[in-house]
Order: sequence, then C-alpha cells, then structure tokens
Amino acid sequence: MTTLTLRSAGADAATPPRATGRRRPPKGKRLKYALTVAVFLLPSLIPLLAFVIGPMISAAWTSLHSWNLIGPMQWVGLDNYAHLLTDPQTQQAFLHTIYYIVGYLPLVYVGGLGLALALNAKLRGRALLRGAYFLPVITSWVVVALVWRWLLSPSNGVVNGVLGWFGIAGPGWWSDPAWAMPSIIFASAWKDLGFVMVILLAGLQSINPDLYEAAELDGAGWWRRLFGVTLPLLSPSTFFVVVLSLINGFQVFDQVYVMTGGGPNNSSQVVVQQVYDLTFRYGQAGAASALSWMLFFVILVVTLIQFYGQRRWVNYD
Amino acid sequence: MTEATIAPAARRRPRITLGRVLLYVLLAVGALIMVFPFIWTIVTSITPGATLTTTPRLIPENPSLSPYLELFSRVPFGRVILNSLLIAVVSTLLQLVTSAMAAYVFARMPFRGRGAIFVLYLATMMIPFQVLIVPLFAEMKTLGLINTYLGAILPTIASAFGVFLLRQAMSTVPYDLDQAATLDGAGHFRIFFQIMLPLVRPALATLAVFAFLNTWNSFLWPLIILRDPLMQTLPVALSSLQGQYSTQWDVLMAGSVVSIIPMFALYVFAQKYIVQGVAGTGLK
Repeated sequence: MTTLTLRSAGADAATPPRATGRRRPPKGKRLKYALTVAVFLLPSLIPLLAFVIGPMISAAWTSLHSWNLIGPMQWVGLDNYAHLLTDPQTQQAFLHTIYYIVGYLPLVYVGGLGLALALNAKLRGRALLRGAYFLPVITSWVVVALVWRWLLSPSNGVVNGVLGWFGIAGPGWWSDPAWAMPSIIFASAWKDLGFVMVILLAGLQSINPDLYEAAELDGAGWWRRLFGVTLPLLSPSTFFVVVLSLINGFQVFDQVYVMTGGGPNNSSQVVVQQVYDLTFRYGQAGAASALSWMLFFVILVVTLIQFYGQRRWVNYD
Repeated sequence: MTEATIAPAARRRPRITLGRVLLYVLLAVGALIMVFPFIWTIVTSITPGATLTTTPRLIPENPSLSPYLELFSRVPFGRVILNSLLIAVVSTLLQLVTSAMAAYVFARMPFRGRGAIFVLYLATMMIPFQVLIVPLFAEMKTLGLINTYLGAILPTIASAFGVFLLRQAMSTVPYDLDQAATLDGAGHFRIFFQIMLPLVRPALATLAVFAFLNTWNSFLWPLIILRDPLMQTLPVALSSLQGQYSTQWDVLMAGSVVSIIPMFALYVFAQKYIVQGVAGTGLK
C-alpha cells in the first residue's frame, strides 16, 4: 500500500475549496498550524496507540508463534497463516460471516431509513415511538437472545404459532442448520434498527428545510424528493452506517455466541466465534491471533474500497 | 405513505389520510414487537420463581417485588451501580472531548498524511477485541492498573467510532461559516468551540448515548480487569448471578431492568438534542 492510495482514500471531501494553488505559508505559521493539529489530535491518538494499536502489534507477534497462553511461545513463522488459509473450517466461517452481512445490511438499512423518515415527520406520539424502537438497542444481547430463542422456538414459539394460523408450517429456525443464520440475521436487524434510525435521524435533522420547499415548488412528489433531496443529503450518514455495519458485521459474535454458539452442526460458525474457540477452548492463541489479523486485513480492504468509492456518491457540504 | 412523512418542511397542518392511518398502524405494530421483550423482562422480574421452561405469560400470577429485594441482597448493589456510573460517565465525557477534537482535524485541517492517520484510526475498530485482551491485560499489569478504575477507563477514552461519527457531521457544515469567522480573525480554537461544536450538537448527543451505552453494557474488559467484587460493574455482577446457584431468572431479569433504566433515561434526555437539528443552531 503506498502513501498515495492512503492519502486519496482518506482525503476525500474534507479538503476545503480553493485550498489548491495557495502559496506555502511562512514557517512560523506552519509551525503554529502543526502545533494546533497536534493539540487536537494527540488526546485521542495517544490512547489509541497505547491501548489498541500496541496490543494489535503484540497480537501480530503472537500470530507467528504456537502458544497455549500458559507455556512458553514457540516460533512457527507463517505456519499459522498457511494452515488457516487451507483450513475448510476457516473458509466456512468466512462464508457464514459474509452470508450474515449480505442478509443483515440491506434489512437494517432500509428498515432504519424507513423508520427515520416516518419518525422525522410531525406525528403525534413520535417521541414515544422513537423510544420504543430504541429499546432493543439498549437491551443486552443476553436478554434479547433468550427472548428470540423463545419467539423462534420450533415447537411452541410465537412466530411458528402465527405462521400456523395461515397454514404455514414454520421451519426449525435456530435448531435447523439451514435456518440458524437467518434467525441470527432477523434478531440482529431487529436489535440494531434503532441504532440506524438514530444515526439517520440526526442526519435528516441537519438537512435544510428550505430545500424541500424549493423541491415542492418545482412540483417534485414524495419519491422525487426522497431520491433528489433526502438521500443525496443523507449520504454522509448513510456512508457512516454502511462502513460501520460492515466493520461490525465482519466481527459479529455476541448474538451468535448466545443464540446458537455457532451450531447446529457449525452452520452459524462465524470468524470471531472461531477466534474465541481457538483462544479459550483449544488454547491456540497463536492461531487465534493469526485468524484475527486475516480478518483485520479483509475488513481493511473492504473499508478502503468504500472510501475510494465514496466520491462517486457521498455528498459533503 | 403520505407527503407529510418526509419532511421537517411539512409545516402545513397534517391531513388525516388513509396513508397516514396505515402508517400509524404499521408503526404501532412495529413498536409493540420492539417493546415486547422488554415487557416480558419486566413481567419475569416480578414473578418470583419464574423459570424459562414454563410458557412465558404477559400477566404475572403472583406479582411481587421480592426478586428485586433478593437482587439487592445478593450483590453489593449500591457500590456496583456507583462503579458502573463512574466508569461510564468519565469515559463518555472523555470520549466526547477527544473525538470532537480529532474529528475537527479530519474535517477541517488538511495536512500531508492525514488520510493515512484517519485510516489508522479506523483500523483500530477492525480487529476483534477478544484477541487484544491478553496483551492489553499484560500491559495493564505492567502499569500496575489491575483492579483500578483507571485500568477500566483508559482503553475506552478514545473512540474511532466517535471520531468518524463527528467527522461526518462536521464535514456537512458549510465552509462559508468558518471562512466568515476567519475573516473576523478567529483561529481554529474559536471556530471549533463557537461554530463547530454548537452546529454538530445532534451528533454529539448521539455519540454521548452510544458511548455511554457501550461502557455501561461493556462486559469482557471489566470482567477481566476488575477482580475485586467491590470493584465490579453491573453487567459483571449480573453475570455472576447466572449459574451461581443455578440461574434464578426472576432475579436476573430484575437486574436487567435495573441496568436498562439509566440508559433509557439518558436516551430520553439526549433525544431532545439529537432531533433539535437545524432549527436551534442558526444555520439556515
């Protein structure tokens, strides 16, 4: 990766207009500018270096060893990576994770957008409704998973009961290998809807109302205003939601751990669940670190692609 | 859907249309589905001896607050809540400050290599925390911070999530505003405090909610770093109820209710600011 790609990946729209072609300011001014940047940046940069990036590098070192967390580390070079790359279980875990993301992201974004739009309008009782949709976000996964396991219970669950009224025989949900992942996806989208709603609501609030009036005067209907005004102006928030959902989606763990534990039959085993199993069940800290770094690399590439693509559709200012 | 659903611009009186009624019905049904698990949690928490094998019911048989009393007698509750509050409040405040400052640089102060540093920030979100625990614990041990509030708080005071969220918000503030301020002789500090911070108040409120939520619900790190029962946070104390003498669901659910209340209160309070938006900021 060259500096150039990184620069253009992150520089995006946050460069002020007319900054190009300006002459270099005098030295004293540049020093003051650099100092100001440092004062603003260091309070977050130092803790991140000390408590995240440091341990990350340490994990990279561990990934080159065989280590059971207790005994001495044994140097194995790139063996952990070589083994994981050809390990069918690891490939499965990556596929399941991608399956999760592909199902989860459209569901939670479209649902969250619909909610944000509906609850941004002047509705009676909208504060109450917003509160209701936010409740799952603040409820712990342990409680949520318990409830969903019960709702989706194959024999006496509410969902299959309702389906039964319409003469549909519901599937086995989390106890059926084919339906375990969809169950996790539904529960996750249900829990995170309120999160997406709040982010998009904050974005909607910063759209200048005059623009809607102008569009309305031009005779634009609801859909035209949605695609012509709302979505373009909401694009920074959308970008944030998509980038973040992908970063978090690749690391999906809590809900899998409490709902299915990766089963049945490994059908919902995801990457971080495997990191967890490798570390705490099989005592293979080296392999777990290697798998984490592989995951890191995948997420980094996916994120950089999005930052590259953003100038095509994300609208700042 | 009706025309009124889209816009803060809809200043005319809302008409009652079929679409509006449908929207209400849809939203209400959705809200019920959202709230249902919470109601069930409350009902279980006032049903002494509730088990999960019995079919859950929405009207408790012999409602009683005894699960709450048992909860308070089982764990040093006052202390545990205080621990949780202290850690969550301090961490949230620090996160707001450090994130806003960094976000300002990424939105408004270009320099060579800034893009790379931003990617470095984002990269800190891309590695599973499970694998950082072992090295982080070793580091804290060296620093002598095991079993201290500082040890629990320090790893959470900077947040790439917060920097990213606020950067997105600051990027949408028009440049005209800071250019006008610059012409008036304002430096970056004044632009930051007097223009940026007030204008991104909805995003700050959003971050406050999520930062608090994350530290308040955080489980793994407090479990590992705070060994002393008197130092424990709420989620850790609750988890010790699970399986201590075979799980007592009524007590556990009482604990869940107690842990949700402060979070919900903060959300209701912050919601005002989240949705305040353009109207209150003079940006128009």
